[in-house]
Amino acid sequence: MTLTLRSVLAVAALVGALGGFIVPIEIGGADTDRVMIWPHGALLVFAGLAVLTAMAAISDRLRGPLLLAALFLVAHFGAYALISSLGDEAGKRGPGFWSLVVAAWALAWLVADRVAAIESRDRLKQRLLAIAIPALFGMWILILWEIIVRGFDIPAVLLPPPSAIGARIATSVPTLWADFQQTILKAVLIGYILGCGAGLVVAILIDRSSFLQRGLLPIGNLVSALPIVGVAPIMVMWFGFDWPSKAAVVIIMTFFPMLVNTMAGLASASAMQRDLMKTYAASYWQTLFKLRLPEALPFIFNALKINSTLALIGAIVAEFFGTPIVGMGFRISTEVGRMNIDMVWAEIAMAAVAGSLFYGAIALTERVFTFWHPSIRGS
Amino acid sequence: MTPRVDLQKFLARAGPVVVVVLAIFTLWYIAAVLLNAPAQRDAYARAKVVDYSTGQLIADTTSQRRPVLPAPHQVVEEIYKTTVLKKVTSKRSLIHHSWVTLSSTMLGFLLGTALGTLLAVAIVHNRTLDKSMMPWVIASQTIPILAIAPLIIVVLNAIGIQGLLPKAFISMYLSFFPVTVGMVKGLRSPEIIHLDLMRTYSASPWDVFWKLRWPSSVPYLFTSMKVAIAISLVGAIVSELPTGAVAGLGARLLAGSYYGQTIQIWSALVMAALLAAILVTLVGVANKAVLRRMGMAST
Repeated sequence: MTLTLRSVLAVAALVGALGGFIVPIEIGGADTDRVMIWPHGALLVFAGLAVLTAMAAISDRLRGPLLLAALFLVAHFGAYALISSLGDEAGKRGPGFWSLVVAAWALAWLVADRVAAIESRDRLKQRLLAIAIPALFGMWILILWEIIVRGFDIPAVLLPPPSAIGARIATSVPTLWADFQQTILKAVLIGYILGCGAGLVVAILIDRSSFLQRGLLPIGNLVSALPIVGVAPIMVMWFGFDWPSKAAVVIIMTFFPMLVNTMAGLASASAMQRDLMKTYAASYWQTLFKLRLPEALPFIFNALKINSTLALIGAIVAEFFGTPIVGMGFRISTEVGRMNIDMVWAEIAMAAVAGSLFYGAIALTERVFTFWHPSIRGS
Repeated sequence: MTPRVDLQKFLARAGPVVVVVLAIFTLWYIAAVLLNAPAQRDAYARAKVVDYSTGQLIADTTSQRRPVLPAPHQVVEEIYKTTVLKKVTSKRSLIHHSWVTLSSTMLGFLLGTALGTLLAVAIVHNRTLDKSMMPWVIASQTIPILAIAPLIIVVLNAIGIQGLLPKAFISMYLSFFPVTVGMVKGLRSPEIIHLDLMRTYSASPWDVFWKLRWPSSVPYLFTSMKVAIAISLVGAIVSELPTGAVAGLGARLLAGSYYGQTIQIWSALVMAALLAAILVTLVGVANKAVLRRMGMAST
């Protein structure tokens, strides 16, 4: 048997599961010093199943979808058993517990490895696989986070487990919604639309003057690399504490990437294509709307994507410099001060979801509008 | 190529830039006068100065102590005062603050580049990691990570890590992303024909990496590093905000905004811009030097 990643993982799962039988699960408990695996029913079942599936994987007795299903089920039953065994207030987790964690993790990795190796010509299957593998990865990050934080008794002030963050989100929906409205719906969206719109319009306006273009392009590139977030205190001074000052920061941050990218995009139509438009006796505006703007769309969408992240950062950071008592940046900075770390993580989770949805929406729109572009057609 | 043609080329490239920069400064002065004029008129009214000339008004609006928008020469003067005239060890020296920011920028940039390169190597060599991790690397940047800056600072502070490292950590988080994305592209940039050639030599994966993949990814590395160092500086500045304005350019911004010292804010801002421009230029120079030594310089 050659030493591949798969065989290493299978052996790791086997050793981990066997380790669960040999070394104590708990040490330094209330009544006894060490507790072996025997009183923990679910863990016992998991360890047994893990030994069996790991052996099956190593010996090649079980193959294909059947092995995949077995690995998947055992790994996740293991995650469930491990997390629920954390619930009872027992002593410290012993090496046997961590050995079982390693076993479950190795099994899950085997699943991912096998799923990643699946080749499919079917479009729908490809799409599903492209979602399933990262989803599995993300879920196991959460599972390991939960197990490690609670298993090692890491204080919630440092890092709360995902379950606590979830509970916090569920109990403070009104606050989160108010912050979402203030930061995302007002500051980010308005600033984003105005900033991107202004960048686009200015790029089109100076399109006819090559002098202005040659002057503005290097400056725009330079400004794109500058720490523009720094204007936040100035904007707060000029426009007050409420959302207009945050929107102003977002406008300034999103303007230059849009300007530079649109200028590059408008220049991207080839001489051949322009000549063709000329033979049609197309006017400047016809050429612009029928050839050069569509040709610039990939660049414009690129800027829209970059700006979606910048806009969120700009609005949240600007809130550190002064806000009314609502908003995501405000909540983060005050709750950190009050050591309510789970509330901070709830805000971060919401920001992450909002950011990903924002980005996803732009990416989807891009697919609709630039369906002809090689990068979209190819996938 | 005669020097004269060179000069002409240079003028043709620099001319428009100079004109636009001059236009920006002119607009800045006009905006400064317009924005500061109301406060100045109030001041005149209070001092019962009635007959002031427009020239005097303009002169006064561009020399207020706490203007709404300081004029460029005020900012330059403030920078001169706080860099050349102050001792470097002084708490008011802008050089001292820039150094604080620069050190965490550089540490974060180096860590981020190392992490980003390692991730890219792992992703290129392992299909599972490629499929499972790459989407999360991209998703990690849709999270406004700067929002977490105060959290990271406070939490690391609670377990006894202070000073440079937490700030560098934030810079690292921001800067690893462009490096990972660029390096994945770069390490995959060798053509199949080259990889096949390596196979006919029966080269080990180690040799393929060091003799083919790594050299061909160097241009990508430098392009990503330019983005990474700029964003690393942003991370360093923002991470100085929640530490309660101790030191650094971010702290100067925060202190300036607390006390309404607009000139101080603007001078910190200009300093940050200068720093960013210098750092990006340095990476660009290193890029050219390395590529020339590797015989890959484009003439």
